[in-house]
Amino acid sequence: MFKLQSRTLLITVLCSLFVVPFAYSDSASEEEGLRIAKERKERDKGWNSSHADMTMVLRNAQGQAAEREMRVKSLEVDDDGDKALTIFDSPRDVSGTAFLSVSHALDPDEQWIYLPALKRVKRIASRNKSGPFMSSEFAFEDMSSFEVEKYKYDFIREEQFEGDDVFVIEQFPQDEFSGYSKQRVWVDKKHYRVRKVEFYDKKGDLLKTLEFEDYTLYKDKYWRPLRSYMHNVQTQKSTEMITHKLTFDVGLDESDFDKNSLRRAR
Amino acid sequence: MAGAALASSSAVAEMDISGMAGVDTRYFFQDAAYPGQERVQLSAFLEPEVYTEWNDGLDSLLFKPFARVDNVDSERSHFDIRELQWLHLADTWETRVGIGKVFWGQTESLHLVDIINQTDMVEGVDGEDKLGQPMVNFRTFGDFGTVSAFVLPYFRERTFAGQDGRMRPPLPIDADGAVYESDDEEQHIDYALRWQKSIGTWEVGLSWFDGTSREPELVAPDLTSENPVVLPYYAQINQLGVDLLKVQGAWLLKFEGIYRTGQSEDFGAFVAGFERTSVGVFDTQYDLGVLVEYQYDERENNYFATGQNDLMAGLRWVLNDIDGTEVLAGIIQDLDDTSTYSAFIEASSRMTDNWRWRLDGYFFSSDDIDDTYYFIRRDDHIQFTLEYFF
Repeated sequence: MFKLQSRTLLITVLCSLFVVPFAYSDSASEEEGLRIAKERKERDKGWNSSHADMTMVLRNAQGQAAEREMRVKSLEVDDDGDKALTIFDSPRDVSGTAFLSVSHALDPDEQWIYLPALKRVKRIASRNKSGPFMSSEFAFEDMSSFEVEKYKYDFIREEQFEGDDVFVIEQFPQDEFSGYSKQRVWVDKKHYRVRKVEFYDKKGDLLKTLEFEDYTLYKDKYWRPLRSYMHNVQTQKSTEMITHKLTFDVGLDESDFDKNSLRRAR
Repeated sequence: MAGAALASSSAVAEMDISGMAGVDTRYFFQDAAYPGQERVQLSAFLEPEVYTEWNDGLDSLLFKPFARVDNVDSERSHFDIRELQWLHLADTWETRVGIGKVFWGQTESLHLVDIINQTDMVEGVDGEDKLGQPMVNFRTFGDFGTVSAFVLPYFRERTFAGQDGRMRPPLPIDADGAVYESDDEEQHIDYALRWQKSIGTWEVGLSWFDGTSREPELVAPDLTSENPVVLPYYAQINQLGVDLLKVQGAWLLKFEGIYRTGQSEDFGAFVAGFERTSVGVFDTQYDLGVLVEYQYDERENNYFATGQNDLMAGLRWVLNDIDGTEVLAGIIQDLDDTSTYSAFIEASSRMTDNWRWRLDGYFFSSDDIDDTYYFIRRDDHIQFTLEYFF
């Protein structure tokens, strides 16, 4: 259990008098932030593999909307990032395009895209992780799996979010090529589910907010949001991600997530 | 086909019909160099796709015919079966039997290593359109990478613009008058083998081809005949190919090299370069990629070997908007002759979920009367295409 030592508190107060305060960060709040992140990851372990039918609704500042349908196959990888294969069904001109992402905790992610008209598998420079995923407000890095090692943490406060007790923590990307300076994350105390995220750009200004809704319990253990809503506060564009159908233990293994599986995707 | 690969358990095969159709117009900026050629060319095309699968998706059949009707060039009005293929999947291997398309390689400005399919030259200047290739293909994969073996029982002749078409030498190339080294002509059985593997940040490919050259050599015309034409000659060749890609942060370093024997001279050729992409340039959501590729080919005075000592510099601009707008533009400069260069721009964007427009422009220049670009120096044009996807 987290317990704030009075001595630590004293040191914090003293330090803050002399040093420019860094979000009131001290070793105790960093430890608490890390503990919450680890618990969040721990509670989600063992989900194995899943298959999701999804729709992405893109909206620009003028309210023009466009829908993108896709299927996402995911595989949990122990002690490293997860693997995901996304197949696009609409719009028709990109139908059959498949995207393979092998994320890693510390190393750069590996990504390939399959272009069906050319029958060509192209490797993607993964340093471009801050770029938009399929013209959406989700960046490639927002789509890759959550790994504890990707960030440094700081506990901010406890509060109520939509009637539930939550922790508010901040996470600082350790990859210099992330598009963010930090993310502020609302994690509920009961299930350690992420309820909301604020993304701050490299200048430190609020860039996007992400809210998760319709959390549903699978396999009596794993909570998944069926709706997520990303709003870019700087451009007023938004993306809604809707999961229509989510199935676990779909019999996928490593061989379903290599370049050959991209060609087979349909 | 949403979910079909996983959920299909029905014994009755369902048919999935999709595809594309469109119209395009080419406008040439200058009067034609040769009699019979026009300034404006209109055409329409249709490419439906019929797909069915059975055996829980382990077996599938794909049929993709293609047809184009052109108002000027009768050679450009043509029909092809792009794909008619039975695909069988197993855990560590798969077979493809029928007519299909295969792509090999990593570079953008030239596709030296890519040799399985014949180029459908009348379709596009960039040479990226291919004719369907009859094949029996066995592919197996594991920790060793992917090994793919091909038996190619029938040869496809390259298409060329006819008498009325632009972008041809002074005398048209008579695609139907092909001359072969092999007595079996287009019935010669070709073989190919390829190994490909991702090794960390590297993509490595090695390939071997033994059979009829996809790229012909041109036979000098008999000028004493009434209607002299240029004939394509298809030799028996062996070709070794290497293709490499290295991810280096935001850089992609690319290389393709071939060594070919069997034509009038044995030769080596390569393309090497990079693509560097910056995301979110100028505080926007745009991606901007810079492409540079150097082309080298040992052959001289070969109509098809334009990249003898040339440098391509290009920009790829991806707007990341709802309409999926993209622009690619570049110039290829001959380093031996400043007057010889070509340039291109390819832009496209979505109008609705089903419609897409495309604008392509190609520009050619040369003062060297032996150069390919001299023959087509007056064929600068833009092409506007409307594509409908269904």
